[in-house]
Amino acid sequence: MSFYDLVDRLWDDTLPTSLWAFRAELALCATIVAILLAKTCDTARRLAVWWIALGGAIAALVLAAPWTYLRGGFMAGEFFGGMLVNDGFALYMRSLVLLCVALLAVFVRLSQVVDSEDQTEFFVLVLGAALGMCVMVAANHMMMVFLGMEMASVPSYVLAGILKHRRTSSEAALKFAVFGAGTAGVMLYGISLVAGVLGSAHVPTMVARLQELVASQSGTYQAVLVLGALMMMVGLAFKLSAVPFHFWTPDVFEGAAAEVGAFLSVASKAAALGLLARLAVAFGRVEPTLLVGVIMVLAAVTCTFGNLAAYGQTNMKRLLAYSTIAHAGYLMMPVAAAVAALRQPDAARAALAGLAFYAAIYLFMNLGAFAITAFLRNALESEEIRDYAGLVRRSPGLVVCAAIILFSLVGLPPLAGFSAKFAIFAALLDAQLLGLLIVGVANTVLSLFYYLRVVRVMALEPEPTGLVASNSGLADRRVPLTSPAGWFCLAMTLPLVVLFVWWGPFPWALSAARSLVP
Amino acid sequence: MDSPVWLLSAIVFLPALGALGIGLIPGGREETVKRFTLAVTAAVFLLTAWIAVPRGTSGDTTRFDLGQAGMQLAFRIPWIRSFHVDYAMGLDGISFPLVLLTSFLSLLAMGASWNITRHVRAYCILFLLLETGMLGVFLALDFFLFYVFWEVMLLPMYFLIGIWGGPRREYAAIKFFLFTLVGSVLMLVALLMLYFTSDVGRLAGLPTQELVAAGLDPSQVEAAARTPAAEHTFNLLALAKLGQLPRSPFDEPLLWGKSVQWWAFLLLLVGFLVKVPSVPIHTWLPDAHVEAPTPISMILAGVLLKMGGYGILRICYPICPAAAYELAWLVVGLGVVSMVYGAFAAMAQKDFKRLVAYSSVSHMGYVVLGIGVWTATAGSGYVADYWKMGISGAMFQMIAHGLSSAGMFFLVGVVYDRVHHRDLDQFGGLFLRMPVYSGLAVGIFFAALGLPGLCGFIGEVLVVLSAWNYSRALAVVAASVVILTAGYILWTIQRVYLGAEYKGPHAEALTPATRREIAIVAPLLALAILFGVYPEALLGYMRPTIHATADGLARWTREVHDGRPPGAGRPARAPVQAGRSAAPSGPTDAPAAGQLSHGPGADQEVDQP
Repeated sequence: MSFYDLVDRLWDDTLPTSLWAFRAELALCATIVAILLAKTCDTARRLAVWWIALGGAIAALVLAAPWTYLRGGFMAGEFFGGMLVNDGFALYMRSLVLLCVALLAVFVRLSQVVDSEDQTEFFVLVLGAALGMCVMVAANHMMMVFLGMEMASVPSYVLAGILKHRRTSSEAALKFAVFGAGTAGVMLYGISLVAGVLGSAHVPTMVARLQELVASQSGTYQAVLVLGALMMMVGLAFKLSAVPFHFWTPDVFEGAAAEVGAFLSVASKAAALGLLARLAVAFGRVEPTLLVGVIMVLAAVTCTFGNLAAYGQTNMKRLLAYSTIAHAGYLMMPVAAAVAALRQPDAARAALAGLAFYAAIYLFMNLGAFAITAFLRNALESEEIRDYAGLVRRSPGLVVCAAIILFSLVGLPPLAGFSAKFAIFAALLDAQLLGLLIVGVANTVLSLFYYLRVVRVMALEPEPTGLVASNSGLADRRVPLTSPAGWFCLAMTLPLVVLFVWWGPFPWALSAARSLVP
Repeated sequence: MDSPVWLLSAIVFLPALGALGIGLIPGGREETVKRFTLAVTAAVFLLTAWIAVPRGTSGDTTRFDLGQAGMQLAFRIPWIRSFHVDYAMGLDGISFPLVLLTSFLSLLAMGASWNITRHVRAYCILFLLLETGMLGVFLALDFFLFYVFWEVMLLPMYFLIGIWGGPRREYAAIKFFLFTLVGSVLMLVALLMLYFTSDVGRLAGLPTQELVAAGLDPSQVEAAARTPAAEHTFNLLALAKLGQLPRSPFDEPLLWGKSVQWWAFLLLLVGFLVKVPSVPIHTWLPDAHVEAPTPISMILAGVLLKMGGYGILRICYPICPAAAYELAWLVVGLGVVSMVYGAFAAMAQKDFKRLVAYSSVSHMGYVVLGIGVWTATAGSGYVADYWKMGISGAMFQMIAHGLSSAGMFFLVGVVYDRVHHRDLDQFGGLFLRMPVYSGLAVGIFFAALGLPGLCGFIGEVLVVLSAWNYSRALAVVAASVVILTAGYILWTIQRVYLGAEYKGPHAEALTPATRREIAIVAPLLALAILFGVYPEALLGYMRPTIHATADGLARWTREVHDGRPPGAGRPARAPVQAGRSAAPSGPTDAPAAGQLSHGPGADQEVDQP
């Protein structure tokens, strides 16, 4: 093959196929460039940055067009020479990330956490991280796995410290960066071990080689492979904030702005889960027992720990951080179920669909919870739960929204959180992971208390008398439902009721899962 | 347009719509909100009452047909196709009286809510949401839907106790929430277990009309039977059919040598017994009842407790018959223990409301006992007459207790509103101060006591009679509880209403009952007398369904559990006769006959030509 042939083939592969498959990500890149350029010219500077970000995210979402492609089992295959893969599952998860960015743009505009000068940096970082997450969910090569994770992580470290004048924010950013760098190193080492033994970093090739290796029963590299796999899990566990790599979560969430917490807890989780599910299903075909065991233990411990640790929290953001940890546990459960049930494609698909469905509902629940925290921070200048006392007298609408969101996080019907939990519990039972099901169910009861405590403080406790005396303007410290902020909370709450009655995304999730488990 | 869909949906969702209306329409005086809520509950009651008017010769299908045992006004609309969840509702003789009770008590309880003055709007919204949940539980014919409605009640109830309750309201509210949530997640596990072991295709051999009655499409069942993959279902009636098959899919072993249905039954039973409540999981009840505001206590005692009994009767027994048969001793034992414990505990109370709360534990014990006396059928040649009596007694007791306990809680509330204490030792002499109220109160208390001629008597006597056949010792204990009940109720009447003079605090506030108060107690007492004198008014609605349920399960006991072919009824008869009657039924009984190593079936093979 001559050089020109090679160039020709590369050209043919790249231009019509790969770049089109990468269009949503390219739209994000263009948006980043647009935001940066907008700062340089006077006329464009008047255009608010969040508009560009919102427009870019929506454009990317429209280009990704999940509503067209997720009708049937969508499987476009590998692109960029096998580095990335374009299939239904990647599309579904990418759409969630993009939707989250779009909603976040509105949210940040309403909560005004960053002043207009910092907005450029903020949105560039968010879009950059989102780009990394899009790569993560489509990664088909260990190189892209690592690249995507780093592209998602590095902007997140800066985002955590975006509140420049706050010491806790800087501390959070530093802790996050150090922790992230450490786990990334371990993961890279794990990747190099596994890829070295298997002689490839292309995931399907690795799976095929592993199959041969297992079939030959030589057992030569068993220890190296297991070690490498566990080290790779470390990196993923960090992104998922799974126990025991969760230590950064509460500090970062407490230190960073609630908006950043919302982004990290939703988009970052969705991307990490997409990646975990893809790798687990791929390697689970060869070695299910070990994988199921590791993910099961991780999920059970994470979930239980998150719920137990949330009890003692007095700060709303810290509480939500532990709630995020707990939900990471719930979200890992269907991955274990999918791998355990790989022999029955129907059950495995249902499990992955449960995961995808949960992630979609979780997006609304957590964005809503963080939005309420942020708006209350603006109104009350506090993120302590006790300062929410008696809020129902001043902002009854917001408290109703908060109650719906928090009860949805518990998983009570008739709210979408129940539909999500039902889908994953059903998957667990179908995969006959009874132990994990019992852990999940017990955790649902456990989690009731701390979510309920927040609602109780808001609705049942009297308003603080000290505040009334010292501050004549208590009546103004409220978030009316008829303000833009209130509308945003309402917009996050309504889907939780609607998605319970109408399980619209579930068939999409099933169709997305079909591309991982054909 | 299918009329049952709209009629039943209207009954269930009218309160929710009302709540939405109150929430959306701003302004309006509190009095107006209360009137509106009362109007909504009244409308729901009228709708249910419309169904209750006997059909007669008009052939109006929106009425309840007294002679029909199966589901009436049933409909089934697919809801979540991925999990085969249907929006399915219907009425039969077991659920309909409870629906009527619910709508009736909701109306009265809303009437009793007039002296709620704090956050009236929120109270009315939550009250209406609660009513939607309660009605939905009794009407749902889909397990998923049932579970959803079951949980829907939780949150309104939590807030209703937690905001408008007494001094220890938050503790009581969280305790109620926790107990019920534990029960309901156990139910969720059981629901999933049953769903994933169910297979509609297994029903293929059943007669077409039975399939249609269970809300299934025979052609779909045929199709499901041909496909190798199991088609799961949440249809309660189909699950019951599956559970009563000769080789039920629920017989698969699950854990520690016990079958799926054994575990499902146990989990469901715990979930339902929390609600009943039965000793030892009753401890939420005294706290919740005492702390709840008066109208909510009425609802709690009058309706919520009935859901436990209804769940056992509708779900546990028909779907898991083998496990229910095996564990009948547990059900019956818990029933009797609750009766005795509740009665003794009630006797020891100094707080008027707590006494009434413990009397609920005791009275609901009758319900559990009545439902549980199943195994009696085996000894009597599979004639289910005694069990029918037991279930009828349990059902009757549920309605009777709904009337009397709601009445008692309201009566306690009436004096509490006046004198602001409930200390039994500081009452006395109310008869002189509030003659009409006291007269009504004594009537209601006698109804609770089980005085012949009042509603409590019928239920108790039917249950105790049926228990005699199950175990004489238990029946004696159960009968003696009547004496304990008489003890604490008479003693209460003496301490509160009799006596020369009221010496407690706030004596000046003891004004005669208002017309509103009388209007709430009087219908309860009237119904208590009506059902006591003419129980057929209630039994008429229940009988066909109860008989069909009991006969079906008795047949199951004979044919599946004990493996006796049809017609081989009385074991005392000559085996030849039994064998002859069994022979014509031919090959369908082959699997059952295979298990027969003793008894009449041994002759069957000899008799086969």
